[in-house]
Amino acid sequence: MLVYGLINSTVLALMALGFNLTFGISGVANFAYGAIYVVAGFLTWTFINELNLPYALSAVLTIVLIGIFGVLIYRFIIKRIRGLVISEVIATLGISIVILEFLRYFGFIGFKYSLPVFINGSVEILGAFVDIQRLLIVGFVILLIAALYMFTHYTKVGLAFRGIAQEEHTSLSLGINPDRIAGLSMGMGSALGAFAAIVILPLGTITVDSGYDVLINALSVCIVGGLGSTFGVILASFIIGYAQTITATYVSSHWTMIVSLIAILIILAIKPSGLLGHQKELEERV
Amino acid sequence: MKENYRKERIARGIKARSDDIYALTSYKEMWYLLFPRLVPIVGIAIIAYFLPLYWKKVVITTCIFAMLSVSWDFLSSCGLLSLGQALFFGIGSYTAGSLNHYLHLPIYVTIPVATVVGGFISTMILLPVIRLRGIYFAMVTLILPLMLMRLVEATKMLGGTEGLTGLSPFPNTWVEITFILAAMWAALFGLRRLIASDYGLIFVSIRDNDRATMASGINIYAFKAQALFIGSSICAFCGAFMTHSYQFTGMPVFAMEFSILPIAASAIGGIGTLAGPLMGAFILVPLSELLREFGTLRIVFYGLILVICVVVLPEGIFHYLSRKYNEMERWARLE
Repeated sequence: MLVYGLINSTVLALMALGFNLTFGISGVANFAYGAIYVVAGFLTWTFINELNLPYALSAVLTIVLIGIFGVLIYRFIIKRIRGLVISEVIATLGISIVILEFLRYFGFIGFKYSLPVFINGSVEILGAFVDIQRLLIVGFVILLIAALYMFTHYTKVGLAFRGIAQEEHTSLSLGINPDRIAGLSMGMGSALGAFAAIVILPLGTITVDSGYDVLINALSVCIVGGLGSTFGVILASFIIGYAQTITATYVSSHWTMIVSLIAILIILAIKPSGLLGHQKELEERV
Repeated sequence: MKENYRKERIARGIKARSDDIYALTSYKEMWYLLFPRLVPIVGIAIIAYFLPLYWKKVVITTCIFAMLSVSWDFLSSCGLLSLGQALFFGIGSYTAGSLNHYLHLPIYVTIPVATVVGGFISTMILLPVIRLRGIYFAMVTLILPLMLMRLVEATKMLGGTEGLTGLSPFPNTWVEITFILAAMWAALFGLRRLIASDYGLIFVSIRDNDRATMASGINIYAFKAQALFIGSSICAFCGAFMTHSYQFTGMPVFAMEFSILPIAASAIGGIGTLAGPLMGAFILVPLSELLREFGTLRIVFYGLILVICVVVLPEGIFHYLSRKYNEMERWARLE
């Protein structure tokens, strides 16, 4: 159970990281995130099965294409309405609905839409059998977090990311173009979503509804963890992940959704800025 | 020819007089004020009573969505950006449905009770998050109905996936239409009056600057809770009405459509006008009925309208029409 809880938590963290990156940096809540996740899954599937490309190449292609797609969404839609919260939310939600329902209408439903796992087989850890794919997810999350940390602390673009997250006007005066950086962060957030899709989706089939599920999970993890705080996201995904696993083991797997709901309500009632939200966010939120 | 001219807009004299002073001097001025209000009321009533049965049902659905949209707009005027009208709608619907199904209460009891109790339950659910604003509140309201849907599915309570069927219907269609039309106009004009009053001024000031409102010694959380109760009661009423109209309640009442369409209608009609969203609903719902053969593609269509309206036409129809009605335009020569 410890192991399953760990894996469940890392899956949640992986889902939430991309959403959190975009929100933490540009302040745009990307409600199209779930749609991007699903599109990435179908895109990889198409590359592998229709164009017969090798798996690794199609995965990289998908991540790059989805990243560009995210930048394009920013460039043509969100840039015009940046700062108007209602409009941002409505527009990204609109995009999400257009994509997901469009896919649903054209019948992208069925068992044939599943991605192959990286390495088949399972190993025994602490008395539990675990697929290697699930172990890979844990590894990827650790790598990803390390890479993100390095990126935001030691590269020029990464520092610019943190710059506009802290103070947009000041960074403008230091020669950072907030629109360009925000667009980039949107692209990177989308690429992370695509990465999450490629890593997580081999565990099951690709369905349109999983777009909404991913959005719900990402949102609840981010809300509990404190929006824009990466370590908050990790902490929150462990709390929710273990809570869900414990409920699934001892009560019933039907109640897992309720656990995250209750977690959100309790956290928000006690500490409205989330577990590790900063003072600045508290000002914004309350 | 036009390069030496510019377009000039002047508010009509009657508009300036009638805005705050109710000392109208002639039938012409009274008619000026009444005309834009009477035309939709009379027009919709005439259409509603003389259509064939199928389209009467469409009018009823339209009215329900119009009320949801008006309530969405009211909540957004109070700074509560809700992406989950389906939550309020569903709670109202389930309240009415279970009162009728388990306690066998008659319809004239269930609808009022569901309105008040549904509004109360919704407010209680959202009370912990009422301190959040803007996007954070929106996120919570977006996930709540989806999670409640899962809850009903998981626990199999209140009929589970099957829902509650065989609820008592309205006596006849005439009563149904009269009731919903009356409720819709009451909601619209009531909320307009409310927003314009001193009490409503506090709601608008919370939206515009909640810090300043707090600094004026007003408990904004109490006022937000009241606004939430008013808004969600209207939605709960819609839910209860729909339940009895279709004699069914079930998981579809938490569907995304009930959350999305009000927002799309408001985006078309003009956010913050209350009458605009109603107009938007009366455009969107019949249109989507005509597009019924496309199935779920309709939702794609709403999504597109949302994106296009928000990005390209942020003003909305109502602002445009009211400008045309209240202001004169003329070409003035440039000096």
